[in-house]
Amino acid sequence: MTKQPSILQISKLGKTFDTRSGSFEALRDVDLAIGDGEFVSIIGHSGCGKSTLLNLVAGLETPTLGGVFLEGQLVDGPGPERAVVFQNHSLLPWLTVYGNVRLAVDKVFGGTRSSAERDAWTREMLELVNMSAAAEKRPAEISGGMKQRVGIARALAMEPKVLLLDEPFGALDALTRAQLQDSVMDIHARLGNTVVMITHDVDEAVLLSDRIVMMGNGPAATIGEIHDVSLPRPRRRLELGENADYLAARSAVMRFLTRNRTDKAA
Amino acid sequence: MKSAALTIVEPEDEPGTDAPGPAPVPSSRPQAPEAARERTPFESLMRAILLPAITFAIVLLGWTVMQATLVPSFPDVPAVWNKAVEIFSDPFYVYGPNDMGIAWQVMYSLGRVLAGFLLAVAVGIPAGFLIGANKTFEQAWLPLIAILRPVSPLAWLPIGLLIFRAVDPSAIFVIFITSIWPMILNTAAGVKAIPQDYLNVARVLNFNRREMVTKIYVPATLPYMLTGMQLSLSTAWMVIVAAEMLTGGIGIGFYIWDEWNNLSVPSIIVAIVIIGCVGILLEAGMNQVRRRYDYSAKKE
Repeated sequence: MTKQPSILQISKLGKTFDTRSGSFEALRDVDLAIGDGEFVSIIGHSGCGKSTLLNLVAGLETPTLGGVFLEGQLVDGPGPERAVVFQNHSLLPWLTVYGNVRLAVDKVFGGTRSSAERDAWTREMLELVNMSAAAEKRPAEISGGMKQRVGIARALAMEPKVLLLDEPFGALDALTRAQLQDSVMDIHARLGNTVVMITHDVDEAVLLSDRIVMMGNGPAATIGEIHDVSLPRPRRRLELGENADYLAARSAVMRFLTRNRTDKAA
Repeated sequence: MKSAALTIVEPEDEPGTDAPGPAPVPSSRPQAPEAARERTPFESLMRAILLPAITFAIVLLGWTVMQATLVPSFPDVPAVWNKAVEIFSDPFYVYGPNDMGIAWQVMYSLGRVLAGFLLAVAVGIPAGFLIGANKTFEQAWLPLIAILRPVSPLAWLPIGLLIFRAVDPSAIFVIFITSIWPMILNTAAGVKAIPQDYLNVARVLNFNRREMVTKIYVPATLPYMLTGMQLSLSTAWMVIVAAEMLTGGIGIGFYIWDEWNNLSVPSIIVAIVIIGCVGILLEAGMNQVRRRYDYSAKKE
């Protein structure tokens, strides 16, 4: 992947939570620059603060120290230019599949596009994630994988500068997960979005990412290592099994995660 | 949260308590309810009619035997039947301000219930929103509600008479008091139960306060509000009978009291059956509305 000028800059980021039992420092000194169009995975053990990091980038949490800059602008709250695909899809159950995506489209483009344009855009996004056939169904009537597709369509419909994925496939079975990973790769190839994905799945990280950011363990977690995945795209999961680069990346991440686990267990 | 009188809901239609319920097991007979696995629809229908019919027959038989042996002062079945025929032959008569047909009696009662119920909706739902959304309001108001809620609404009747100096507003006031507590508490519970996920979605979309209320808070709370309304309405229908016995005037409650003074027990029994049937209709109506807005249920 050719390095693009960075669109997202995370600088000296720290987050301390005030809890009942005193303050808890979740993150310290996180520095990261993400290039335009880059797909970056953040991987680490549970409790390493990777979700906190994503929430800080999303603006759902405010940093204690440092800051997040999108195209040089300080992030000071959530916004559709940093759309989030939530772990548990977070579709609104009273709206149809179409309604869920349309809600976001209406909010983001209500002032700039006509109703017909917004309708067409909503349908285009549903088509992109292969959910056109279920447009009039409610979330309760579709499967978990389909819900997550709609969640992705809703986030993409906001035309975000950075797409944030918070363990988007964590709750899905292996087959559905593989299918959705392929869809996300396909969409990324077509639209060229900048993507930041939280995951705890090593294969997923290697398959999808241009770079894998490995987080050390908390408290006061920070970035441990960064691994560049130089595999050419498009990537096909079946051909990667024996690819040396793939295996190297995989074992690098595994090594890091294992080392961190034993460090803490000792 | 659910009313005890939900027995008219078929079990397979009962919505799950959690939104992401377990996936239904594929079945070669997707229509067959649990209890009637091997039965054809016709057999199920026959059971639905026959079994209650047997119960009714037993009750009528027991009534006849008891009346003939133990309590001869009680009217027998034919007497009540004849009274029912008489009452239903002209339900809309008006012989004067205090002598009207049974349909009018029921409608006056329903009118009072509806008035008190709607007032309670108008006050209780905004109050429930405030209490559910705001910790300060909750702490300030919950103790008062906790004290007042267990009180029989009829205890408020003298207060109503004192304030309004008229019986009709007092009866409506009693229904208002009856209906308001489930409305407030269920709405508040609904607001508290809104998942953080929905609020995060709203935050990412930069919803303003108005959009937050109309697009997230109200639809997310609606099923809870409707449960509160259903509880309120069925209790209100019970309370109005007692309230009207005390206030008098036209209404099914005072009708019963009046017939007692006339020593017309058959009329009382007919009125009891009518009250029960109207109660079922109210309950079924609310069930329809509630199911319409139950997002977790799969639509056919």
